Amino acid sequence: MPQDHANRLLEAASRIILGKERELRLALACLIARGHLLIEDVPGVGKTTLAHVLARLMGLQFQRIQFTSDLLPADILGVSIFDRETSAFRFHPGPAFAQLILADEINRATPKTQSALLEAMEERQVTADGQTHALPEPFFVIATQNPAHQIGTFPLPESQLDRFLLRIRLGYPDPQAERALLMGEDRRALLERQPAVSSPADLLDLQRAAQRLHVAAPLVDYIQALLGATRNSPEFAGGLSPRAGLGLLAAARAWALLDGRDHVLPEDVQTLFPHVAAHRLHLAADGRSPPPETLMRLVQAVTLG
Amino acid sequence: MIGRHLLATMRAGRRHDSASVPSLQRGQGTWLLASAAAAVAPHGAWLPPWVAALGLALLAWRGILLWRGSRPPPALLLLALALAGAVGVRAEFGHFFGKDPGLAVLVLLLGLKLLETRAARDIRAGVLLCLFLQLALFLEDQSLPTAALALAGTLLALAALVALADPGGDGREHLRTAATLLAQGIPFMLVLFVLFPRVQGPLWGLPADAFSARSGLSDTMSPGSISELGLSSEIAMRAAFEGAPPPPAERYWRGPVLTRFDGREWHAVPAAEADAPYYTPTGPRLDYLLTIEPHNRRWLPALEHPGPTQPALRHTSDLRTLALRPLQARSRFALSAYPATPVGVDETAAVLAAATRLPARSNPRSVRLAQELAAGARDHGEVLARVIAHLRSLRLIYTLRPPLLGAHPADEFLFDTRRGFCEHFASTFAVLMRAAGVPTRIVTGYQGGEMNPVDRHLVIRQSDAHAWAEVWLQGRGWVRVDPTALAAPQRIESGIAWALTDNAELPLMLRADMAWLRSLRHRWEAASNAWNQHVLGYTPERQRELLARLGLGSGALAARVAALATAALVLFGGLYAWSVRRPPQRDPVQRLWLSFCARMAAAGAAREPWQGPLDYAAHLARCHPAHTQALREICQTYARLHYGPHPPDEDVRALKKQIARLKIK
Repeated sequence: MPQDHANRLLEAASRIILGKERELRLALACLIARGHLLIEDVPGVGKTTLAHVLARLMGLQFQRIQFTSDLLPADILGVSIFDRETSAFRFHPGPAFAQLILADEINRATPKTQSALLEAMEERQVTADGQTHALPEPFFVIATQNPAHQIGTFPLPESQLDRFLLRIRLGYPDPQAERALLMGEDRRALLERQPAVSSPADLLDLQRAAQRLHVAAPLVDYIQALLGATRNSPEFAGGLSPRAGLGLLAAARAWALLDGRDHVLPEDVQTLFPHVAAHRLHLAADGRSPPPETLMRLVQAVTLG
Repeated sequence: MIGRHLLATMRAGRRHDSASVPSLQRGQGTWLLASAAAAVAPHGAWLPPWVAALGLALLAWRGILLWRGSRPPPALLLLALALAGAVGVRAEFGHFFGKDPGLAVLVLLLGLKLLETRAARDIRAGVLLCLFLQLALFLEDQSLPTAALALAGTLLALAALVALADPGGDGREHLRTAATLLAQGIPFMLVLFVLFPRVQGPLWGLPADAFSARSGLSDTMSPGSISELGLSSEIAMRAAFEGAPPPPAERYWRGPVLTRFDGREWHAVPAAEADAPYYTPTGPRLDYLLTIEPHNRRWLPALEHPGPTQPALRHTSDLRTLALRPLQARSRFALSAYPATPVGVDETAAVLAAATRLPARSNPRSVRLAQELAAGARDHGEVLARVIAHLRSLRLIYTLRPPLLGAHPADEFLFDTRRGFCEHFASTFAVLMRAAGVPTRIVTGYQGGEMNPVDRHLVIRQSDAHAWAEVWLQGRGWVRVDPTALAAPQRIESGIAWALTDNAELPLMLRADMAWLRSLRHRWEAASNAWNQHVLGYTPERQRELLARLGLGSGALAARVAALATAALVLFGGLYAWSVRRPPQRDPVQRLWLSFCARMAAAGAAREPWQGPLDYAAHLARCHPAHTQALREICQTYARLHYGPHPPDEDVRALKKQIARLKIK
């Protein structure tokens, strides 16, 4: 059963990242839905650890890219260098050629560099000097963003934000988890000792299983109603795109799979909706991304069957 | 160029048409065959037996092909069958014109058409033929059962059409859709019925035998002629009284009067006719409405003695009532009766002489007996009393199966067999009285009638046919004497079923001990009567009256067309509004779920409109902790059925059971 792998994985991950089962589950669902994850939070809450844990447990190649304002596209994607011996240009892959990439503080890089990564995320391939190089499979990007310090940053434009399937926040751990964290071993050391519990092949299995999950007509009706509500609500400047709708469905499928079901329920959609919609919608009043309460209100305004 | 393109498109379209319905599917075929059988079978009652049998056999053949999934028979064979059928019909009827040969051909064609059914077009043609045959039922018979049959047949034909449009659907769904369509058609039918100009007279081609005399009565009477009628429960007429009906012993419905006696048979003699009765009605008056079944004669068996009537009726000197024309359709008359009126006080000498005539040398023993009885009597009244007393003393037996009588029926009845039906009693009494010199004649008609408690109509059947006698007494005129009452007073008081000692002689429906059957029959006859009065009796005159009452004036064509169009538009608008405002049809799972939610809401745990089934299960568990398990199961089953891959029917039933088992009030 594919979801057995997933459960083992979540169990192992929550031994390292304490008190964040839900966020881990969302991250895994994002991975299963073949989407990319955006984590928006202050530093030090375990964003890097989360990316590390996922890569480690699934045996994925891991690369961390610290985005700075002087980072160039070639620094991420790689460069072609002239090889004297063969008298030809040879492509040297950049850090983007890994199965799991942590793009740390993505909003500190220039738009040009940002878009280089984002295009790679979308196309799952890199084109340099007229040559196309496929990115590894699976390919998963976790980007982080610090919402607190906006000076000297280049906020991601809407079109780029749309490339991230889910946006989550880690937040501070609850006191009990924090106490365990403080009293326990160093997380890095713990992680070093943790063997992989599944393989990239297992992840591909999970992805395929999620795509096969049954989606009934009433559920499609419901998703359409939700999308329609975002488009018609005066609270937002613009609604969710069809790509967001597809993403919502894919994420709900993955969530249902993690729950051990062969079909998707409205509850799955409702759980994933805030994470799909938060970074894509903007309040009509001030252009900020909507708070969770506003999104919850929207969900509750849509009647179900 | 364009033409060639068009042709190619048409060919492609035709190919597509036949390709999309390669052959009749089983579901469609079943409906179509059921519809065809329902259309053909009732015609079997009047078609030549071989035509009906062949038509049904063709349908059965089609059914076998359908179930085996075999190919249709070759066209040449069908052609040969069609020709053979046509030759057969020609031989049967001698021509192809008119209704009966036409129907016979149609019945055969329907079977053949279905045998060659390949494309959707053929199915539509078959359904059309079925519908036409349903319509043709009314050319033969317009009774309530026929209407019910035609309605059922139309429903089946519609179901076949629905199945054609939705080949994948389920049979019950097809029938439901067809029933909805039919129900939507009914208002239009009613509007057309009320407003469409009625045709004067019977429909084209109503069967000729509708006009043949079926009445039990005739203008001759011989021993045994009325007792045959005693076995017929067919309805002769119905009477609806304004007040209380007269008591059973007073219900004499006067038909043919028989004066001439040839020693064995009694015959009617011609009598004068007038617009008014030959007497002055006096005494209490009874008003009633008489609906009489067609019998192709002018007799109107009215309750004795009718008062002056509408100008449409005639009265004879022998006190009968006649219609102007033979009654060829069910007719209704508003009549009145004056039971206490003395009649024929000033009877002419010729009539009285005719009423005392006896053929020479007939019934000698009776003549002798009468002369002995009359000897020394002061007047005719005393003779009457003596004859009655004598007859009573004989203890004659009333029976439906009297022995056959020979040349001197009165003698044989009085002295030998002593068993007889009403005509024996009346005839023998009349012979005795005439032999004693008292003017006497036979009156036939109906006696009694049964009150239908359902619609308060008095129903008079052929089995109520009766014969009695009339004696002319000086100063009193014609006085009714019913000799049957001497032997079997119950016959007069309660009806034939109570008078016969052995019930087994009577048909099932007439027996006295079958109370439940009688009550069923009452209901059925009341329904038939309502149908006759309101549907078949909706004549052009009544339509005119109704239109006038509706304010449509004289019912001019333009006004009617306008009324029809308005009514149709209003109906269309109403149906359209209904279809738009009706909530969308929900599947059974969703219906169950919504009723469950409503029940839970009544129990204080309403579902938020946005809440999914699992969330709701958690909410319910908090409200009813004792039932957590059952509630969770219901919600999970629903979630699986509604959002999961194609649910099997058993699971729907399981959900129903789970909900039914739940004990939360």
